[in-house]
Amino acid sequence: MSDTLNSPLQPVLSVENITTEFRINGAWHPAVRDLSFSVKPNETLAIVGESGCGKSITALSVMRLISKTQGRISSGSIRLQGRDLLACSEREMEAIRGDAMSMIFQEPMTSLNPVMTIGDQIAESLRYHRGLSRRQANARALELLELVKIPSAPSRFKDYPHQFSGGMRQRVMIAMALACDPQLLLADEPTTALDVTIQVQILALLAELKERTGMAMVFITHNLGVVASIADRVAVMYGGRIIEEAPVEQLFDRPTHPYTEALLRSMPRVDRDRSELHPIPGQVPPITVRTPGCRYADRCPLRIERCIREVPPLAPVGGNPHHTARCWVRADLPVQESIAS
Amino acid sequence: MTTLLDVKNVSKTFVVGKGFMGSRKAKLQALHDISFSVGEGESFGIVGESGCGKSTAGRSILRLVEPDAGQVFYQGEDLLTANRKRMRALRREIQIIFQDPYASLNPRLTIGRTLAEPMLLHGVATRRDVEEKIQSVLAEVGLPPQAMQKYPHEFSGGQRQRIGIARALALDPRLIIADEPVSALDVSIQAQVLQLMEKLQRTRRLSFVFISHDLGVVRHFCRQVAVMYLGRIVEKGSVNDVFEEPLHPYTQALRAASPVPDPRAKITVAKIEGDAASAMSPPSGCHFHPRCPKAMDICRREYPAWREVGHRGVACHLYPAKAGDAHAA
Repeated sequence: MSDTLNSPLQPVLSVENITTEFRINGAWHPAVRDLSFSVKPNETLAIVGESGCGKSITALSVMRLISKTQGRISSGSIRLQGRDLLACSEREMEAIRGDAMSMIFQEPMTSLNPVMTIGDQIAESLRYHRGLSRRQANARALELLELVKIPSAPSRFKDYPHQFSGGMRQRVMIAMALACDPQLLLADEPTTALDVTIQVQILALLAELKERTGMAMVFITHNLGVVASIADRVAVMYGGRIIEEAPVEQLFDRPTHPYTEALLRSMPRVDRDRSELHPIPGQVPPITVRTPGCRYADRCPLRIERCIREVPPLAPVGGNPHHTARCWVRADLPVQESIAS
Repeated sequence: MTTLLDVKNVSKTFVVGKGFMGSRKAKLQALHDISFSVGEGESFGIVGESGCGKSTAGRSILRLVEPDAGQVFYQGEDLLTANRKRMRALRREIQIIFQDPYASLNPRLTIGRTLAEPMLLHGVATRRDVEEKIQSVLAEVGLPPQAMQKYPHEFSGGQRQRIGIARALALDPRLIIADEPVSALDVSIQAQVLQLMEKLQRTRRLSFVFISHDLGVVRHFCRQVAVMYLGRIVEKGSVNDVFEEPLHPYTQALRAASPVPDPRAKITVAKIEGDAASAMSPPSGCHFHPRCPKAMDICRREYPAWREVGHRGVACHLYPAKAGDAHAA
């Protein structure tokens, strides 16, 4: 699983220092701040965090789906296989979305056209991006329905979205997303609305398809249990920033940022006997509130003076360059070096 | 422990209009022969997936859904035969909190008025001392006194659930039906609300019927649990027994599919295929048999009788039934 970490493969997606802002009452406020990450072929990066941490805005920024009237990506770069997406026109983006990269969402019903058969919806993308004839596109659409394991696919080809269950609709969405063999799949809480016995089926399907196609996947979720089962690498977000990043086993073995640690300790577990829960006091500061230092400082038990004044950089943890955290107290930040920065 | 609530053989079938102009009627058996009991100061969990009937089970206790058959004894008195006046008095003692408190709070009323209304209506407070009582219940759920003058939209999700809990507490209940009370909340906030409910359970000796799809939350909050599938209870016992060593193949699948924050945890039981069948046309025999990896011939023909295994009960042909029990289900 983690052998992708040290592989020499070039990243499929590389996001550098992006800031995405929204206009609220006439002023611009950042929802995603100075965010960087990359994903390699056949790798799953999970972005995990609670409501309002900026995880969905990150995915929408990559897709360039931020509303132009209220939002903007004000700095940074996003490269898909070396191509600078922020320099692309809307027309160019339309050719890229659904082709080189695609996205699936939490609620498939709102992303499917209710008055079009699912076969036609999948075929549409193939005709648009690949210029296939109706017959060729239909044949490929049927293969895709079989790929995502829709039972008796030929007979369901002409069914409408409402005739499918929630889990089956998400399979249809996955089939549409994979129609043009994307190099990158962005999955935003794709199993959150599903029952757990269906969730495991979808997670297994996504893992299998990733393995088979070698695509890179960015999996956005609030659920640490889901992260543990699907991710190769994990980025934890809080207040618009990545505050910790590590290979999945290291993150769960050695959660280092106090927020990551607190998140794990506040989760009731089905595999543990009744244990004490440790809620995180307080709540996330709204994006309209500016803070000069660490966004987590006011809830953090380890807070020192510096946390309130200055944003900590992402720094290695325990000398491990693959495990980084933004914490003045816990990350490897030698005194001189941190003063110099 | 004395029994506070005793639900006996409750069933409920909804008639659902189907087809154009409601020409065809279909029946949906939402609850089939549901029995469980809750001790004083105890939390009883009901788990299951969408459409299994767990919410209907909770609502039928309060008669927000009228069961077709069975009995619901509250302190020995059958709620299902109580008249309207008596039921109104009893609803003071049995309160309900919902998943989405925003949907159950009147957006035009301040929190103070929302809390005052039931208190005055039930005579728990007078015009004179109502404010004092509201302040004390707000303090109990961890909200500041200024919350009284505010409207629901001014609060976050976690605070709204505290308001939902405050409203339930306003009438000094003994039993709370909590229907997915923390499912819409972020984990860090969910833990705050769970901790509040635990505190209230201790200080007020409250009993809970705690309905949830989240096995982790139920394991944390409850002592006893019932697992439901398509309108029936398929397994019942202490949370430790049921989640450590599930007997029913459905409970096993549910437990195995529940995500745990441990990348080394492997799914030990073969994951089940397919979707749950519709409650409108449940499969013959055991409703779970089409998805069950251990299904036998008898499972397709006959619904399994309820059987006791140790301190637990389970409805599954894999376990020996006592001779006399065969017809009891």
